Amino acid sequence: MMLSIKNLHANIEGKEILKGINLEVNAGEVHAIMGPNGSGKSSLASVLAGRENYEVTEGEVWLDGKNLLDMKPEERAREGVFLAFQYPVEIPGVSNINFLKTALSEIRTHRNLPQLSAKEFLKMTREKQELVEFEAKLANRSLNQGFSGGEKKRNEVFQLAMLEPKLSILDETDSGLDIDALRIVSSGINKLRSTENAFVLITHYQRLLEYIVPDFVHVLYNGQIVKSGNKDLALELEEKGYDWLKEEFHGNAALNGQ
Amino acid sequence: MEKDDIMLDQLANKEYEFGFVTAIDMDISETGLNEDTVRFISAKKNEPQWMLDWRMKGYQAFLQQEMPEWQNFKMPEMDFQAISYYAAPKQQAKYASLDEVDPELLRTFEKLGIPMSEQKQLAGVAVDVVFDSVSVTTTYKKHLNELGIIFCSISEAVREHPELVQKYLGSVVPHTDNVFASLNTAVFSDGSFVYIPKGVRCPMELSTYFRINAENTGQFERTLIIADEDSYVSYLEGCTAPMRDENQLHAAVVELIAMKGAEIKYSTVQNWYPGDKEGKGGIFNFVTKRGACRGAHSKISWTQVETGSAITWKYPSILLQGDYSAGEFYSVAVTNHMQIADTGTKMHHIGAHTKSRIISKGISAGKGQNSYRGLVQMGPRAAYSRNFTQCDSLLIGDLCGAHTFPYIESKNNTATIEHEATTSKIGEDQVFYLNQRGIDSEQAIALIVNGYAKDVLNQLPMEFAVEAQKLLSLTLEGSVG
Repeated sequence: MMLSIKNLHANIEGKEILKGINLEVNAGEVHAIMGPNGSGKSSLASVLAGRENYEVTEGEVWLDGKNLLDMKPEERAREGVFLAFQYPVEIPGVSNINFLKTALSEIRTHRNLPQLSAKEFLKMTREKQELVEFEAKLANRSLNQGFSGGEKKRNEVFQLAMLEPKLSILDETDSGLDIDALRIVSSGINKLRSTENAFVLITHYQRLLEYIVPDFVHVLYNGQIVKSGNKDLALELEEKGYDWLKEEFHGNAALNGQ
Repeated sequence: MEKDDIMLDQLANKEYEFGFVTAIDMDISETGLNEDTVRFISAKKNEPQWMLDWRMKGYQAFLQQEMPEWQNFKMPEMDFQAISYYAAPKQQAKYASLDEVDPELLRTFEKLGIPMSEQKQLAGVAVDVVFDSVSVTTTYKKHLNELGIIFCSISEAVREHPELVQKYLGSVVPHTDNVFASLNTAVFSDGSFVYIPKGVRCPMELSTYFRINAENTGQFERTLIIADEDSYVSYLEGCTAPMRDENQLHAAVVELIAMKGAEIKYSTVQNWYPGDKEGKGGIFNFVTKRGACRGAHSKISWTQVETGSAITWKYPSILLQGDYSAGEFYSVAVTNHMQIADTGTKMHHIGAHTKSRIISKGISAGKGQNSYRGLVQMGPRAAYSRNFTQCDSLLIGDLCGAHTFPYIESKNNTATIEHEATTSKIGEDQVFYLNQRGIDSEQAIALIVNGYAKDVLNQLPMEFAVEAQKLLSLTLEGSVG
């Protein structure tokens, strides 16, 4: 098993936001996590990536047998956790390529791989750019500076392609994309799928899942996974909304005396 | 402890890299300042009478000056009688070859990364080294001589080229300019002199390296650069000092003169000892730098990377006298811990169609206070002159401060002045983003800060840009978790 989350609880500013998440992801799998606004989807992504303002109060997270919660954010990244951000930040004056070179060098050092020569790095850059249809001119610009929403998301996928993580968490990568951009981003991700890596797609909408077909769909509500199923669950949610699940959840909670 | 605090702590305990003292026989004057001190220095340097007279004028002006009070910090008490105004390695004569130099001194320069021995030299950089008060060596002299370029210590210039020195010294920064300039006039010990003849393009970077070593001494160097018509020179200065609990005063004067069609590019990487984390010790850096674009179509540009010193008080300025002359000021000033920087520029547009450009990037961390102070002045004759100012401040943490004091005066209604200012904080979001790609926080901050300062760093000569980048990263190491 690649990722194992056991009874994960986390707070932000004293407020409990994850209330006992259990999830197992194997290599080669794609999991979709859906759920209404405020259910904790993005919080889960942040906790896995190690964002500091979240406090884990209970539970465990293992990545290939290593305790993820013990690691700093950069160590998690080097171990192979990649978060495609919902709102990628802009860093003026830092060239996209220079940044990626630094990141790749750190990751390769950690994985005991030899450093790439400038030539090899450029070759890899070109190949990955083509693979995910990322414009070369964007690669040389300052990191995300002045990029459109769609360009930023595509840059996330380009970085994912370059850094070759084990586990990729895509936090609403589909939001704010027009249909063409969505197609490009999805096809990029599909090309990157392999038996060695895994993807967790956090999304509001079923739309993305038409392009990237998940093996499992989970519904997050009120800080817990309240339902899991296959891709048909996403269709059901699209059709029926989340209200029936909320009712079901509160009904169960009432029965359990919560 | 929060991660931030731990990292800040690590930074605080990090030692200033150049804080060592060289054990070397020194010739140091008694502390104190009076007419005899001035005579003593002048005599030590075998100066002609006119030089002594000028020093005396400086001394008289110094006595009448008051300490400036307009800057954005309280002027520390300075006891000018407690300073020794002359310190020199004992072996005094100008060395004919490196073999004659005290090996201990050579080791110091090696530690500082100064390319003293010719074979180790960065290709194309000629270096003058000022150790405490005297110039130790000027390399590449012969090659420069062939082009008619004079690059030597100012003491040597006083002896060998008195007509040039007499004509230009004090012509841009008069001996009455301000208390520190007057003091410098009275007691300056050494510094560099450059003369580029008409039509000559200096083929290499000229560079001076300043080092304060002795205790209780001040350093008062004087630099004079003259670029004759249609010539070009790029000049760089670097500086370090040992760690000491007492503050030491550095009061330099730099004068630049660009004749018709000439261009001077002056770059500084200032890394004087900044004091410890509680603000104990460190260099008081009170410097007067001014350039005059005397001729039409001349150009002067100042680039400074200010990372050291307990206090930096420095406003490299340009008098744009020639029509169509141009002035540039590019600055990165970093304050960490208890450091204070009050720095900026003055652009005096006197001639018509003059242009100036100011790019200032302040970075504050720890409890550092960083002020930009700038004056843009359009005189009555400055028709169609233009200024563009961009003044950015970056804050790291929430105990530091950034301040901006722009002054604008225009007496010509065809002149244009533009001013842009921004203040931003290094976002946790930015650091986290880079962390998430496998880059640790220190490196992340280095990347962000260097990106922020890029417009200025790009102005530095290549080898020094790399040094400056490293220095910025070092100065700020660990300032955010």
